[in-house]
Amino acid sequence: MSDAAGNAMLRVEDVSAGYDGFQALFGVSLEVNAGESVAVIGPNGAGKTTLLRAISKLIGVTGGDIAMEGRSLKSVPAHEVIGYGIAQVPENRRLFPRLTVAENLKMGGFLPSARARHDERLAYVYSLFPRMKERSGQLAGTLSGGEQQMCAIGRALMSGPKLLLLDEPSAGLAPVVVQSIFEMVKRICAEGYTVLIVEQNIRQVLKVVDRAYLLETGRIKQSGPSAQLLASDEIRKAYLGI
Amino acid sequence: MSEVFDIFLLESVLNGLLLGGLLALLSLGLNLIFGVIDVVWICYAELIMVGMYAVYYFHVVFGWPLLLAMLMGILIVAMAGAALHYFVIRPVLAAEPINQLLVTGGVLFFLQAAATLAFGIEFKNLGVTFPPIVVGDISFSMPRLIAFVTALAGMLGMYLFLTRTYIGTAIRAISQDRTIMPLMGVNPNRIFLVTSALGGGLAGLGACLLVLQYDIHPAIGLSFGPITFLICVLGGLGNMVGGFIAAFIFAQFISVGGFFFAIEWGYVIAFLFFIGMMFWRPQGLFTK
Repeated sequence: MSDAAGNAMLRVEDVSAGYDGFQALFGVSLEVNAGESVAVIGPNGAGKTTLLRAISKLIGVTGGDIAMEGRSLKSVPAHEVIGYGIAQVPENRRLFPRLTVAENLKMGGFLPSARARHDERLAYVYSLFPRMKERSGQLAGTLSGGEQQMCAIGRALMSGPKLLLLDEPSAGLAPVVVQSIFEMVKRICAEGYTVLIVEQNIRQVLKVVDRAYLLETGRIKQSGPSAQLLASDEIRKAYLGI
Repeated sequence: MSEVFDIFLLESVLNGLLLGGLLALLSLGLNLIFGVIDVVWICYAELIMVGMYAVYYFHVVFGWPLLLAMLMGILIVAMAGAALHYFVIRPVLAAEPINQLLVTGGVLFFLQAAATLAFGIEFKNLGVTFPPIVVGDISFSMPRLIAFVTALAGMLGMYLFLTRTYIGTAIRAISQDRTIMPLMGVNPNRIFLVTSALGGGLAGLGACLLVLQYDIHPAIGLSFGPITFLICVLGGLGNMVGGFIAAFIFAQFISVGGFFFAIEWGYVIAFLFFIGMMFWRPQGLFTK
């Protein structure tokens, strides 16, 4: 990963972050290059979600820096991060349950620059997920788990992001649906989006992404190409049960 | 029952309908604020009082045309709503609900006292009179009909705003999930400020309609503040559709109850109904 001579799309440098009186991340560094798909894997409570929240500035960063395309996000408030081309699909999807699918998608394109291209983006999201077009007038709270994930990803794509942050897209979904979620992620990567995905489902996610970082108790323990991590004894023993 | 009796009953039902429209408008603003910001503006009716004085001063004292004075009144109360949020609500947004309630209660008495100081305690009115509208044997008061039609139009406008615009949709979205709004590029503080201005604007519109029917005095808020709040509770606090229906139910109790007994009894019956409902459905009639 030392190939990046300062041209990584997202650069997380020595970041520490946490919640009131509880530190969750201790000097985490990672990079995502344009066009790459990267996963952060690790057990429950490792700080994976905290990392994505720190990147989106939903929580304060107490140390280190995060930069998107060379521009520091240090003094950027949360609602302006999306303007840097970073869109996040939050943990548990977090759709607006009493808004329709179409209204949820509209909210994803709230930025003035995205509003001008609303129809075009909507047609694009519908072409990716035809199911969303069929369900456009339905309340999001009444969708099935898999459909909700489509809607949540579609909502994030409405802003026309460069970098997509996916927080545990497979969490809480039936095993049959999990498979289709990873197919979806694969397609998003193939569409040319740069993707940073956080997952507990390590075996599945490593089949989809180019590279991964292993996060444990708030620290990066290991990193490398997916195939290499899949073959690593430590990961096989601790996480894949082999 | 005699025919005359029937006609008077019909007249009270229709008057109750007209009153219901006005009460629905008054409760809409309070419901909007509670649904979105999760704070009850106990001083809501005092904002209406401010609006009534504004219309009075611009029209009667400064001599502006009535409609222009009313627009000014709406604008002033809208700004007062935004100011209330910025200076009073925002600092206590994370505080206990009881503290939020008390602080807006403080604003209630502040506004009452300030109005007494500034405008005195004597009753003021616009001095505008309208002839009653007579249809067959039934007569309506013109200001009530104006209030009804305008209130419905105001509510329709609010509905269209909340469903058709980006800001309106964001207002509904933020009431469902506050913490992820920044991920959409939405600044929650800005949405709260816009919502407060809208809530104030609705209070201002209510003021314009009330000032056509009632005299203005510093304690006027007490005559419809409690009833507005109770309607919201009856419909389920924050539930705008519930508040709308509850307003019409309440208005019928007042109007038809007043017809069978005496005007004052209408209110007694309406409030007894409310108390009974609180035993039966404390969460509100229309909350699932």
